[in-house]
Amino acid sequence: MQVTMTINGESVTKECEPRTLLVHFIRDNVGLRGTHWGCDTSNCGTCVLWVDGEPVKSCTMFAAMADGREVTTVEGLEKNGQLDPIQQGFIECHGLQCGFCTPGMMMTGRWILDNNPHPSEEEIREGISGQLCRCTGYKNIVSAIQWAADHPAENEVKA
Amino acid sequence: MQTPAPTDYVRATSVDDALAQLQKYGDEARIMAGGHSLIPMMRLRLARPEMLVDINDLDELKHIKIEGNEIVIGAMVRHREVLDSPILFEHYAAFRECEKVIADPVVRNRGTVGGSFCQADPAEDLSALGSALRGTVVIRNAQGSRTVPMREFHYGPYTTQVEDGEILTEIRIPIRPGAGSAYEKVERRIGDWAVASVGTFVVVKNGVVEDCGIGLAAVGAPHYSAPEAEAFLIGKEATEENLAQAAAIAADHCDPASDQRGPADYKKHLAKELTLRALRRSVQSSQGA
Ligand SMILES: Cc1cc2nc3c(=O)[nH]c(=O)nc-3n(C[C@H](O)[C@H](O)[C@H](O)COP(=O)(O)OP(=O)(O)OC[C@H]3O[C@@H](n4cnc5c(N)ncnc54)[C@H](O)[C@@H]3O)c2cc1C
Ligand code: FES
Ligand code: FES
Repeated sequence: MQVTMTINGESVTKECEPRTLLVHFIRDNVGLRGTHWGCDTSNCGTCVLWVDGEPVKSCTMFAAMADGREVTTVEGLEKNGQLDPIQQGFIECHGLQCGFCTPGMMMTGRWILDNNPHPSEEEIREGISGQLCRCTGYKNIVSAIQWAADHPAENEVKA
Repeated sequence: MQTPAPTDYVRATSVDDALAQLQKYGDEARIMAGGHSLIPMMRLRLARPEMLVDINDLDELKHIKIEGNEIVIGAMVRHREVLDSPILFEHYAAFRECEKVIADPVVRNRGTVGGSFCQADPAEDLSALGSALRGTVVIRNAQGSRTVPMREFHYGPYTTQVEDGEILTEIRIPIRPGAGSAYEKVERRIGDWAVASVGTFVVVKNGVVEDCGIGLAAVGAPHYSAPEAEAFLIGKEATEENLAQAAAIAADHCDPASDQRGPADYKKHLAKELTLRALRRSVQSSQGA
């Protein structure tokens, strides 16, 4: 079947099977490898991207279900060569080691801040609780998201 | 990598359209709501539907509203909307407590009320709460609608009264002025299914339990309910002793299975302890207490 969606602001049309999971569509059919795939049980959260502005586990959605919708992946965070503060935060705070969980963590982190610009540590930990990191012990991921909260981009509307 | 078996896909534009598609494909078709139970099952090939009828566009199933003395929740309301709903929180704080411990925030962005009830997993939290609150379920087919009590809706694990060609459209929860409610769950880690969980409501008048409901998940309670314990408690004083007695009766009627989440005797112990805690907090928050 043919599926058309807006990915990071650009309309993309590709062939896929109805059983193609969105994560595989994005990685293999579209070729955006920033979104990772880590489990078969919807538990790890490394595949998190946004559909219509909300984080979803893209391994638990068919590409067909995203037809006509707006998808944002980790590649869409950077604007005009400028890293999003959430990305900068992960650099500043050593928020990653192997980097496997990082795209999902950044997509959820950005969403947490968009809804709640000054989250408490507890709110951040709750927000990323569906995502696993085997390296950092989460401490630096929380710090990275806090860093981004403290350094909003200039054009960011502060709620 | 686990890949679902080949399937086909159609996106319904209305409930009537969904019903027409379901009729057309018969028992080969499956409704796709949030997909957070169905897709994992398809990946494990425990489910092999040949046609998926996607109902995510059906705005007519996305309401939380009050009709008469009932709260009506559309089948396509997502977990996150239940968590955030001021209407549900006002009448039953247990909805917020329950949703807070269902899966994780990203899963809650997708999973739906209708999907939870229809999946009928023995550990499904919303089904336990719905049973505690003695709600009803509205099922529609090409001929019309019927309303089924939640305590008759589930035949057993993974089986419900929704037949081929039918769709659950909404659940309805009676409003009980002055009711207090609570939800208690023990899980191995955040986002996991319950080892045991219990939802309760209590209406106390002049220190006496006028009405109550107890629902349990993951502990083998028939229809997620504990009618014997409710019958014991109604009409009695809301004392710690009576609550403890009701909790013991509830646990006695559970028949949990030993599995990777724990041995049966531990789960039975949890059923008792969590029922007591939930009842205690329900009594405390009931306005007549
Ligand atoms: C990682 C993870 C953790 C989870 N943890 C918990 C937890 O702790 N507690 C808990 O209760 N749940 C948990 N869940 C399950 C979650 O709540 C699911 O979202 C829910 O069980 C199913 O909802 P859904 O909308 O995704 O249903 P789907 O997967 O779309 O559908 C489930 C079944 O119901 C049928 N169906 C769906 N909607 C309708 C309808 N309107 N009419 C008729 N049939 C319908 C489908 O055909 C399918 O058979 C978890 C899920 C995941 C992935
Ligand atoms: S790949 Fe693990 S949750 Fe999606
Ligand atoms: S940085 Fe390695 S899994 Fe998180």
